[in-house]
Amino acid sequence: MILTKAQYDEIAQCLVSVPPTRQSLRKLKQRFPSQSQATLLSIFSQEYQKHIKRTHAKHHTSEAIESYYQRYLNGVGKNGAAPVLLELANEVDYAPSLMARIILERFLQEHEETPPSKSVINSMLRDPSQIPDGVLANQVYQCVVNDCCYGPLVDCIKHAIGHEHEVLLRDLLLEKNLSFLDEDQLRAKGYDKTPDFILQVPVAVEGHIIHWIESKASFGDECSHHAYLHDQFWSYWNSFLTCRMGTIIVPTSWS
Amino acid sequence: MAAVLESLLREEVSVAAAVRWIARSAQSSEDDPGEAAALSPLRPLRKEFVPFLLNFLREQSSRVLPQGPPTPAKAPGSSAALPGRPGGPPRGSRGARSQLFPPTQLPSPAAEVPSARRGGRRRGPGPARERGGRGPAGLEEGAGGEGLPWAASRRPRGSGSPGSPSLARSDPPNLSNLEEFPPVGSVPLGPAGTKPSRRINPTPVSEERSLSKPKTCFTSPPINCVPSSQPSVLDTSPWGHGLPPGCRSLQEEREMLRKERSKQLQQSPTPACPTPESGSPLPSRIGNLTAEPADPAGVSSHRRLELVALIYSSCLAENLVPNLFLELFFILQLLTARRMVAVKDSDLEPSPGALDSLESPLFQSVHDCVFFAVQVLEHQFQVLSCLDKGTLKLLAENERLLCFSPALQGRLQAAYESSVAKVSLAMPPSAQAVSFQPETDNRANFSSDRAFHTFKKQRDVFYEVLREWEDHHEQPGWDFEKGLGSRIRAMMGQLSAACSHSHFVRLFQKQLLQMCQSPGGAGGPVLGEAPDVLSMLGADKLGRLRRLQERLVAPQSSGGPCPPPTFPGCQGFFRDFILSASSFQFNQHLMDSLSLKIRELNGLALPQPEPSDEDGESDVDWQGERRQFAVVLLSLRLLAKFLGFVAFLPYRGPEPPPTRELQDSILALRSQVPPALDVLALLQQGLRARRAVLTVPWLVEFLSLADHIVPMLDYYRSVFTLLLHLHRSLVLSKEGEGEMCFLNKLLLLAVLGWLFQIPTVPEDLFFLEEGQLEAFEVDTVASEHGLDGMPVVDQHLLYTCCPYIGELRKLLASWVSGSSARSGGFVRKITPTTTTSLGAQPPRTTQGLQAQLAQAFFHNQPPSLRRTVEFVAERIGSNCVKHIKATLVADLVRQAESLLQEQLVMQGQEGGDPAQLLESLCSQLCPHGAQALTQGREFCQKKSPGAVRALLPEETPAAVLSSAEHIAVGLATEKACAWLSANITALIRREVKAAVSRLLRAQGPEPAARGERRGCSRACEHHAPLPSHLISEIKDVLSLAAGPRDPEEGVSPEHLEQLLGQLGQMLQCRQFLCPPAEQHLAKCSVELASLLVADQIPVLGPPAQHQLDRGQARRLLHMLLSLWKDNFQVPVPLQLLLSPRNVGLLADTRPREWDLLLFLLRELVEKGLMGQTEIEACLGSLREAQWPGDFSEELATLFNLFLAEPHVPEPQLRACELVQPNRGTVLAQS
Repeated sequence: MILTKAQYDEIAQCLVSVPPTRQSLRKLKQRFPSQSQATLLSIFSQEYQKHIKRTHAKHHTSEAIESYYQRYLNGVGKNGAAPVLLELANEVDYAPSLMARIILERFLQEHEETPPSKSVINSMLRDPSQIPDGVLANQVYQCVVNDCCYGPLVDCIKHAIGHEHEVLLRDLLLEKNLSFLDEDQLRAKGYDKTPDFILQVPVAVEGHIIHWIESKASFGDECSHHAYLHDQFWSYWNSFLTCRMGTIIVPTSWS
Repeated sequence: MAAVLESLLREEVSVAAAVRWIARSAQSSEDDPGEAAALSPLRPLRKEFVPFLLNFLREQSSRVLPQGPPTPAKAPGSSAALPGRPGGPPRGSRGARSQLFPPTQLPSPAAEVPSARRGGRRRGPGPARERGGRGPAGLEEGAGGEGLPWAASRRPRGSGSPGSPSLARSDPPNLSNLEEFPPVGSVPLGPAGTKPSRRINPTPVSEERSLSKPKTCFTSPPINCVPSSQPSVLDTSPWGHGLPPGCRSLQEEREMLRKERSKQLQQSPTPACPTPESGSPLPSRIGNLTAEPADPAGVSSHRRLELVALIYSSCLAENLVPNLFLELFFILQLLTARRMVAVKDSDLEPSPGALDSLESPLFQSVHDCVFFAVQVLEHQFQVLSCLDKGTLKLLAENERLLCFSPALQGRLQAAYESSVAKVSLAMPPSAQAVSFQPETDNRANFSSDRAFHTFKKQRDVFYEVLREWEDHHEQPGWDFEKGLGSRIRAMMGQLSAACSHSHFVRLFQKQLLQMCQSPGGAGGPVLGEAPDVLSMLGADKLGRLRRLQERLVAPQSSGGPCPPPTFPGCQGFFRDFILSASSFQFNQHLMDSLSLKIRELNGLALPQPEPSDEDGESDVDWQGERRQFAVVLLSLRLLAKFLGFVAFLPYRGPEPPPTRELQDSILALRSQVPPALDVLALLQQGLRARRAVLTVPWLVEFLSLADHIVPMLDYYRSVFTLLLHLHRSLVLSKEGEGEMCFLNKLLLLAVLGWLFQIPTVPEDLFFLEEGQLEAFEVDTVASEHGLDGMPVVDQHLLYTCCPYIGELRKLLASWVSGSSARSGGFVRKITPTTTTSLGAQPPRTTQGLQAQLAQAFFHNQPPSLRRTVEFVAERIGSNCVKHIKATLVADLVRQAESLLQEQLVMQGQEGGDPAQLLESLCSQLCPHGAQALTQGREFCQKKSPGAVRALLPEETPAAVLSSAEHIAVGLATEKACAWLSANITALIRREVKAAVSRLLRAQGPEPAARGERRGCSRACEHHAPLPSHLISEIKDVLSLAAGPRDPEEGVSPEHLEQLLGQLGQMLQCRQFLCPPAEQHLAKCSVELASLLVADQIPVLGPPAQHQLDRGQARRLLHMLLSLWKDNFQVPVPLQLLLSPRNVGLLADTRPREWDLLLFLLRELVEKGLMGQTEIEACLGSLREAQWPGDFSEELATLFNLFLAEPHVPEPQLRACELVQPNRGTVLAQS
């Protein structure tokens, strides 16, 4: 299955300033019924991350933080059960999880003597019941579960996908009887930066010689395989793309 | 210049600012305006500062170091700096230590005379001073050369300071100044009528020395300390060959005896001692010389010395001094200064207020010297730590160093202990057996049979000559020219055709390379014994044997820290051959051939092994690469030296041209001669390709043989400027990406420093204006993978290329032997032991013969055979090490693991100190490493023959084959055993350490959880849904429940059931599961349960019925309970069920229903997932939270209910239902 660059661009086009929520994803699915939800989610996530990287800074000025916090306080003052924080995030076009982090940090600054450490914040985002304020806990929780591009749950999903594909790849290599060294073995040999697998005997796939294989758990960004890609994305997890000396596997499927 | 130093000492200017000022031309913004102001008027003098500083230090130390080899201070005169002083000292006396020091800074003449006198005698005790010391110098001269030898023979100085008596008297003896101290028997250079001094000089030197400047080029010992076996360049004067060394020494001894006797008669009871030569003091000579103890408390001015040490060290660090190692040598001289030539205390008393200035002497006592030296050494630790093990040991054991800086001593001790750089100072073995080159015997290379025949005859003559030289050159009275000259010329005469010349030159060059290269590079067979015998000795004994050999063979001094270029060993044959042949054609062909070979080797692509592979086994291969680099580098140096020798031979003269006009005309003439080899281009290429570490060392050899005019030619001036620029850029403290490796830098600094001290290199060259330096910026943008960045240089190569670095060690060793009487003696006696343990060892001669036989064998076979055998030996040796590592070492590691397990069981979880554990394990296991040698030998024995057989042609005769196999086995065994005996213990220790830490880590946290982790059954086909998919699905449910949601959104109960079913499958399969995913799933499942209990999951269906019915909810909870109990292998955060947030969900539902929660809690207790008390605690803390009034009441009821009837599920259910209105349905469902 091949996803062309044109198709990719079309999908990406629909994702301009769309909040990363369940509803957006549903609409996307209706618009592109031929693509799997996982593929769409993967592209969504990729595009949205680019967007956030571009706009990240403006949400972190002290003026912006202060105004968000005031708006949050006003909102929950009127109705604590309403999705104040989530709507605020959608309104200012920022990821809900990241907005929750901003507000939580600001809240803790106000209520604790010492500025909160990163690990404390992370732990509270993972488990909002640790947040001392019940209303805020609910608001944060709502943001985290509704965000499909950021947050601890999404991170976990991405990590899980990475792991799964490594396992799949290993099985495939074993099945094909290709002798390889995996990352742990390579590390034991003293390499610091290693691909997932190094083939002990290189193989040729579609005219390209492959020395190593790196499985990417998401859409590889274009710069990492531009030279060999032309206008195609290989869109199945066992499609090998040669990149310099080795190969990066780019799955589109998250499942 | 003095003004700069004074302002530094007064701390008006910071050292950092001063160094910036010296090093850069531009004003730096970092500079303090005040400092800048202090320095700016002195701007034109900037380049004079470093020479001034060096000369200042030499001068200041002159009272301390009269006995040691004077350290050259090769620095241009500071005439520009001190306009009031007429002219600089004459060129001829530039080496003298004190030449540049202004007389105003010296003590008064009255104080100086005794000081000078005592400086000369060094050990003259009190009475001697009382008797004659006070007299003016002139009186001493009358004493017939006995009292003050240098005064007796001193000529009036040149234009330097003839009119200044104080300077004349205070001048320390420049012992190696041949003008002042002509060798015995030579015609004194001084004014007629001066009596010959009793100067004793072992090495013949004449005025006709054509290359090294005879008089003052080095004030270091080189000229008179060069061992007679390696005469200086072009030592063809009558002195070199006329007088047999034996006779000479006899004469000297007689002379010495005579003088001694007369002196004793004159001066008894003063213990007499001959004035030493200027070479390193030999232990025997100074054995009875006790050193003055140095005491930190006796230091006169800490601050001043610290400041000077700091600025001096900064100059060293910035490479502002010409020769780093020379300065180190000087510092070590200060460290080992034996005693100060005392000046009366009253004279030393600094006038008040003058302490900061330069008025008072810097070094007022030995304490000061040692303090200063230790200060500088502290700054130079990085360089010191890279010296060889022997030097480090001597430094670490130096009691003065310990006394003045225990911290530095500690660091040195640590560096010594971790150092592996054992470097033998032994000279490379001299001539090998004459080898015949079958390749050159090939008729096809010649135009006619006749030419071929002539060539063969000439080759025979050449080898005959060579053999004769080998037999005779060490005999006294044998002269090369007399013995062989005519035969060589006759042979040259036969080489009429150009092609014969080229053939002969090829032979000559091959022979040169073969004979003069130190064989094998690093770790070669030093003793020449058969390898197996050496490996049988074991590492320890082998090391001792080598050390012993070294002590017996190593020359005491190879010529001071800056020897002139020499042709040691068999290089002398080739030099003399060229000189005797004196054939223009031969020289031209030789130059062509040498240039070609140099270009070829210089451009050789050296293999670049993976630097990241730090595994022990690759050490073996890496050593091979390093050795190859060493071989190429040494070959290049040798070839370049001979190229330089031949190329500059026609221009060589004793002195630079006397007049400016003459010089200009010579320059005009020479500047149009193209260089023999385009070294400038090669240097530029080398710098660009980051291969300076290969190019510069041979270029230095080439330039070292240049004549006096060469550095003035524009072309070579550019080369020197480039080298100066490189020298300045090799700042040792800079590390990081793109920087050269430390030892590479050190090698370049050493060879360049040596070059800058060569007599033919003008001394002002080094202290060029910066402007000229910067104009020559080289872009070193090129490849990142240049040789410079790779650790190709090791200590062995460094010391081979720069034997003069070994002088540091000799200096320290001589201190130890001198002070041994007092300190108990660090010098260990060599105890002869019998060789009974080596009963199997054949007599030494047999072994030598064996090696020669092997060589002869290869010479008679095609070269591919030798390459094959060496290749097999190399690979099998390397494989052997890998094999030992995989078998023996791996076994030992397994043993270590089981031993450790036992120990842990015995001592309980706590175990003991891991370091202690490791130690005891290693001490148990390391002795087994000895088996490695036996096993290694077996491995090589077994594997090598097959490999040789497979690689050689089928048709190889059986005898040849078996010999080749034997040699391959021997070489492979040697290689493997050498590595194993040196490294096996460290290897075992490293592996065991890794295993132990791995085991201890595994023992650490949650051992139980790790132990019972189980995967799916073998039959599983891993069709369960992927964890990522399930997290994603559950997240969707959670987000639906948390809202906001559209009215039509919801989940079906079937979907939920299916989801939990998939979760169960996946948790059983586990193929794709990783712990973080499992943890998140556990947490999500708890949240799902909370939503079920609170009935918060929106269910698809008719709008009225948006809730799960009781039965479905209970079924789902049951599924979750069994997942938690049976399937999750990570801890499930069940207490979250009772977190205020999750319980709070219930508060929003109307009507509130508590039965599911109670049901869940009871089930948790029932299944043992949570303890009764744990739940009670959670409920208790729940009540502390703030709730609406009615909710608190209901919570309290729940609490009471839970407490009331524990452990009996069914009745409890009913009791619970009493609270609920719709108990009928509940009952029906249950």
